Amino acid sequence: MNATPNRNDLKPNTRGHGADIVLSGAEVLLRVLVEQEVDVIFGYPGGAVLPIYDALFKQNAVRHILVRHEQAAVHAAEAYARSTGKVGVVLVTSGPGATNAVTGLVDALMDSIPVVCFTGQVGVPLIGTDAFQEADTTGITRQATKHNYLVKNPADLARVAHEAFHIARSGRPGPVVVDLPKNITVGSAPYAPASRAPHPSYRPRTEPEREAVVRAVAAMKRARRPLFYTGGGIINAGPQASEALGRLVRKTGFPCTSTLMGLGAYPTTDRQFLGMLGMHGTYEANLATHGCDVLVALGARFDDRVTGRLDAFSPDSFKIHADIEPSQINKIVQVDVPIVGDAGRVIEMMLEEWDRQDGAPDPAALGQWWQQIDAWRGIRSLHFEQDRTPSAIIRPQYAVRRLYELAMETGRDTFVSTEVGQHQMWAAQHFQFDRPNRWLTSGGLGTMGYGLPAAVGAQVAHPDALVIDIAGEASTLMNIQELGTIAQYRLPVKLFILNNQYMGMVRQWQELLHGSRYSESYSAALPDFIRLAESFHAKGMRATCVGELDDVIRAMLAEPGAVVADICVAQDENCYPMIPSGAAHNQMLLGPEQEGEVKVSAEGRMLV
Amino acid sequence: MTMQDETIVSAVISILVENESGVLARVIGLFSGRGYNIESLTVAPVEQSRHQSRINIVTSGTPQVIEQIKAQVGRLVPVYRVANLTQVGPHVAREMALVKVVSSGEARTEALRIAEAFRARAVDTTATSFVFELTGATDKLDSFIDLMRPLGLAEVSRTGVAAIIRGPRTI
Ligand SMILES: Cc1ncc(C[n+]2csc(CCOP(=O)(O)OP(=O)(O)O)c2C)c(N)n1
Ligand SMILES: [Mg+2]
Repeated sequence: MNATPNRNDLKPNTRGHGADIVLSGAEVLLRVLVEQEVDVIFGYPGGAVLPIYDALFKQNAVRHILVRHEQAAVHAAEAYARSTGKVGVVLVTSGPGATNAVTGLVDALMDSIPVVCFTGQVGVPLIGTDAFQEADTTGITRQATKHNYLVKNPADLARVAHEAFHIARSGRPGPVVVDLPKNITVGSAPYAPASRAPHPSYRPRTEPEREAVVRAVAAMKRARRPLFYTGGGIINAGPQASEALGRLVRKTGFPCTSTLMGLGAYPTTDRQFLGMLGMHGTYEANLATHGCDVLVALGARFDDRVTGRLDAFSPDSFKIHADIEPSQINKIVQVDVPIVGDAGRVIEMMLEEWDRQDGAPDPAALGQWWQQIDAWRGIRSLHFEQDRTPSAIIRPQYAVRRLYELAMETGRDTFVSTEVGQHQMWAAQHFQFDRPNRWLTSGGLGTMGYGLPAAVGAQVAHPDALVIDIAGEASTLMNIQELGTIAQYRLPVKLFILNNQYMGMVRQWQELLHGSRYSESYSAALPDFIRLAESFHAKGMRATCVGELDDVIRAMLAEPGAVVADICVAQDENCYPMIPSGAAHNQMLLGPEQEGEVKVSAEGRMLV
Repeated sequence: MTMQDETIVSAVISILVENESGVLARVIGLFSGRGYNIESLTVAPVEQSRHQSRINIVTSGTPQVIEQIKAQVGRLVPVYRVANLTQVGPHVAREMALVKVVSSGEARTEALRIAEAFRARAVDTTATSFVFELTGATDKLDSFIDLMRPLGLAEVSRTGVAAIIRGPRTI
């Protein structure tokens, strides 16, 4: 075999069956990656994966991005996956390499992101002996993955590695771990191409039942106050599903709201879009959810951040719920028409049925519904006042608004990742997404430290795009070491820090629930972000007042390399509107004036 | 809107799985992770040639929770089929118990007499002890064990429930 095979050398032999070609396990793994059309993996080496790193060294087909922490490798792979629709791939060593990856795996599990993570393991004879850097990786990641494997037999390696990709990307996508003992990657193993035969036990259903869609559309045609509630499942179903959603929303004339994870599936600047729903959703989205008579949930899962108090969630609606994963249906909210299937297929079938079935919703009723919605809109729940005197303190919402407007002026394809906290919500509320796959955030797990490695993954996938991490100063310190990765690969990532010197979201809850006792939520001893940037070979910038904001954003956008922009924002700003925990959608707080009026119930206090 | 039924019901869930390492841990981990009850559990290979095992779990919860259990178990990659036998219809559910009774005199005779009435077999007999083997529905085993309590009950070992649908249907 050629010592430096190119992509063609690694292509499986298509004439023979390939099963009799004997390679090392590590070479088999690389062949699988090539056959699975993987062009980049995110990883970090160590003893147990050295044979794989050696095989990587001898080829050019698969690019390796060396991160600075294994958690970051998984987040980068997640963002790569979410921004391309492909599977993200991770390679880490045994023991601490694998345990460091766990947070990323759970993050991908919660947000249904297809990731395959290869972990090194001590040789099979050493398993169970507390060997150096041994961890029970399959045991630890069993509940952190969609599925995981320990390859104990070289004959299984190629099949398992191919299967991992199939499982990660099909059905409801998710992370899959393949644990590779060192003797398996060092020793010889047979290659086998991906099997075309269906998996014996795993057969996710993608095609919806026509009959269910017929009933759903019949209800939609009778609706007087309808609402689409769309989620991340539409993003996972691919750009054509978002495109179909656009057609369905326009054809029906119904209003549409979205979860945090679904932003961008329907253009957020469109008139029929009501904004995000849920805890920090808009007034109109939440009141429409509360008041609608037909709720059409597509690829969403009734998360507690969305529903608020369950017994008061959308109390009078006929509920239609389409999800690819049957276990999501009737899990939280009992629905009237369950539809199991791929969101894109469900939407296409709804469009067909809409044309086939007679009648249309009562236009007068729909008109009244829109009037009502427009009245709610008139409240302008996302509105804020920004003092424009140059020396005025920057309000964080304003910083996001200006960032959006000035980024749009560049005309560049723009990807936004976030960390977790108030800044994440302000980004969701004030940045606009007219296309899917451009919004990268940690929804289900709410992982601080997600955004910077996610920006790495997105920038690697889209080298020419504008990639911005809208960050909080506390979160970003959780994976700040990725500035090293950004420097090494010259990734022009823009880290845009809304620096309020607080774990703002924590402070906000302490204000609301704990008598403003700001226990441990002050960001003390912060680094000088400009010098931090410079030490990582990036440009550092700072805006301390309104007069400096636009210049800093413009300079950041014009800079060809990486930038850390320290945007000093108001420290006491809270994120509104807000549904306090344990409250219903029609009990929103619109601003600080109402904070005093809120009585969070005893049960509400126990919710997170 | 559909109202939720809050009554707690018991259910026998039968799961046909690929017989691979870790599969039982997956099922059990799912139950503990999501806070579902396990009242009893049995597992054994049933189709050696096809590498299949069957897991039977007796659980309880609201009808909605039982539906969730079924759906969540169905998500696991190595699961072929999962059925709620209690919902499917008439089924046979049996378990076996080995019951050790240590006694003498009057109590010993009485234990033997009750064992006969329950069709329990004495599979081990010494001058001071019996080991009875008894197969049947869970409540029958429960009452046998209750009756043995005052008669020198020393130790119990139970298998948990194995269950199957009555008639020609399969899961
Ligand atoms: C890993 C992790 N630890 C703790 C939390 C809890 N938490 C949620 S938001 C937050 C504060 C975030 O502060 P910052 O990044 O400055 O964002 P801000 O809210 O100020 O915008 C914390 C501690 C979390 N989400 N993730
Ligand atoms: Mg902060």
